[in-house]
Amino acid sequence: MRDVHLEVDAGEFILLVGPSGCGKSTFARVLNGLIPHFYGGELTGEVEVCGMDPREHPTYEFAECVGFVFQNPENQLFFTSVERELAFGLENLGLPREEISRRVEQALREYQLAELRDRSPYELSGGQQQRLAIASVMVMQPKVLVLDEPTANLDPFTAMRILALVRRKTLEERVAAIVIEHRLEVALPFATRMVVMVGGRIVDDGRPVEVVARQKHVVGRLHALELVEHLAQAGFSLEVEKPSPEHVALSIVKAYRVSRLAARRKRSDPG
Amino acid sequence: MQREESVVIQVRDLYYTYPGGVEALRGVNLEVYQGEVLAIMGENGAGKTTLIKHFNGILRPTRGQVLVKGIDTRQASVAELSKIVGFVFQNPDHQLFADTVYEEVAFALRNFGYPEHVIENRVRWALNLMDLWKYRSKSPFSLSEGEKKRLTIASVLAYDPEIIVLDEPTAGQDYLQKEKISETINLLRLMNKTVVMVTHDVEFVTEHVDRVAVMTKGRILAVGPPQRVLCDTQLLRESRLVPPQLIKLSLILRRHNILNEQEYEWRADKLALKLVKILESDTNGGPSGI
Repeated sequence: MRDVHLEVDAGEFILLVGPSGCGKSTFARVLNGLIPHFYGGELTGEVEVCGMDPREHPTYEFAECVGFVFQNPENQLFFTSVERELAFGLENLGLPREEISRRVEQALREYQLAELRDRSPYELSGGQQQRLAIASVMVMQPKVLVLDEPTANLDPFTAMRILALVRRKTLEERVAAIVIEHRLEVALPFATRMVVMVGGRIVDDGRPVEVVARQKHVVGRLHALELVEHLAQAGFSLEVEKPSPEHVALSIVKAYRVSRLAARRKRSDPG
Repeated sequence: MQREESVVIQVRDLYYTYPGGVEALRGVNLEVYQGEVLAIMGENGAGKTTLIKHFNGILRPTRGQVLVKGIDTRQASVAELSKIVGFVFQNPDHQLFADTVYEEVAFALRNFGYPEHVIENRVRWALNLMDLWKYRSKSPFSLSEGEKKRLTIASVLAYDPEIIVLDEPTAGQDYLQKEKISETINLLRLMNKTVVMVTHDVEFVTEHVDRVAVMTKGRILAVGPPQRVLCDTQLLRESRLVPPQLIKLSLILRRHNILNEQEYEWRADKLALKLVKILESDTNGGPSGI
């Protein structure tokens, strides 16, 4: 990782992409102090997460501030029941009993885990495990949520539900989410900003629609946006708010209505 | 019938219950034809991986039958079946174990008892094919994820099985690695291999696959060309599949009476041409829609 500048605001959903080995995961591990505390290495420059420099504070102090969810949820689930899994981090913070049970109950409801509360995390499906992993991080009420390929093992439907949940947290609780993901069609509809890393540097940073158009050779093509490009070449420029098929379709519907209106005017006023 | 002769895998009324009691397959029927590329899709837990593990005998039917080139998998050893069916696991780390890339590929060949000069030729051929010959003396674990994936494919190709089974070949792969895997699939097609792959990648499927089998809850709901199966909205909903982007987009346009035909366009350039016609005909006062 070299010469990386990035500022993240509360409420942003940042999609971080780039080829394998480009430094995305390294960057994510700086944010909660795993680098340099656990992995070692040399870190220069300025880093501030929730007002703290990860080099000057031990990793556990970041537990309340930065939540981390990995590709394989099994690696971060430890306990015999879903309920215990959710309570563990809170007990470590030394919160009062009532506060712990209030937060656990809320998480069970919010992440649709109530029916699974007594089940062993290892018996759950991949999607349920990932929901639990996010819930057990979110009960700590972090300001920053870092997800490193959270949906790589999930089907698209389940993956989109997980990411929709993350998007809701950024909207309702102003959590800043940094999501590392290869599957653009799954993650892009939720992103407010897209950052591309190549060879340890940030090579692009901006509105998802524009970044995808500029970085096709790195991040891949997206059929919905390809359509927008073809239409633009034919003289129909569309304003597309987000790079999802739904948004592109709606832009086309708008353009269609405008052209019909123009046609009707022309007919009623032939001069 | 010609088709029947070319069936290489036949699954008949297959049931499978895991030792813990979970019924993962509940009456699966499927025929895989010689030389085709078949994708198996479906939500997590639908039984996709359980099904393909029957193709080389890792799992044996609880009820029903699986025939590979006419051989009943209950009567054959995994070693025998492996000569016909090469299996590429989802996670290369579960498959790789040798000290060097060369030895990784040579291992199965030695097990099959080939003489050393044949082994050398085969290893060289397979590693060159996957663009890995330059790494032959390196440790498999020093490779990137994409290279590891290609190595597991090379070690299967080296002993020339007729059928190649891939479990989620594109999961967790970046764009360029995915392009490489696409090339590999096309190569296997040219070599007239039969390819069966489990995948969630619906865009990949529309571009590279002859037929799709859609699974849900231990059963196969539908089998057919992606152009038909992935446009069936009811089927997609039942199996919790997300349609390809341009299909989703076309469905919305149809709801707004902008497109009203039954056939969908799969390619962005063709769909754009069609839409341009619609948009232009309207400004000229022509008929709306197609």
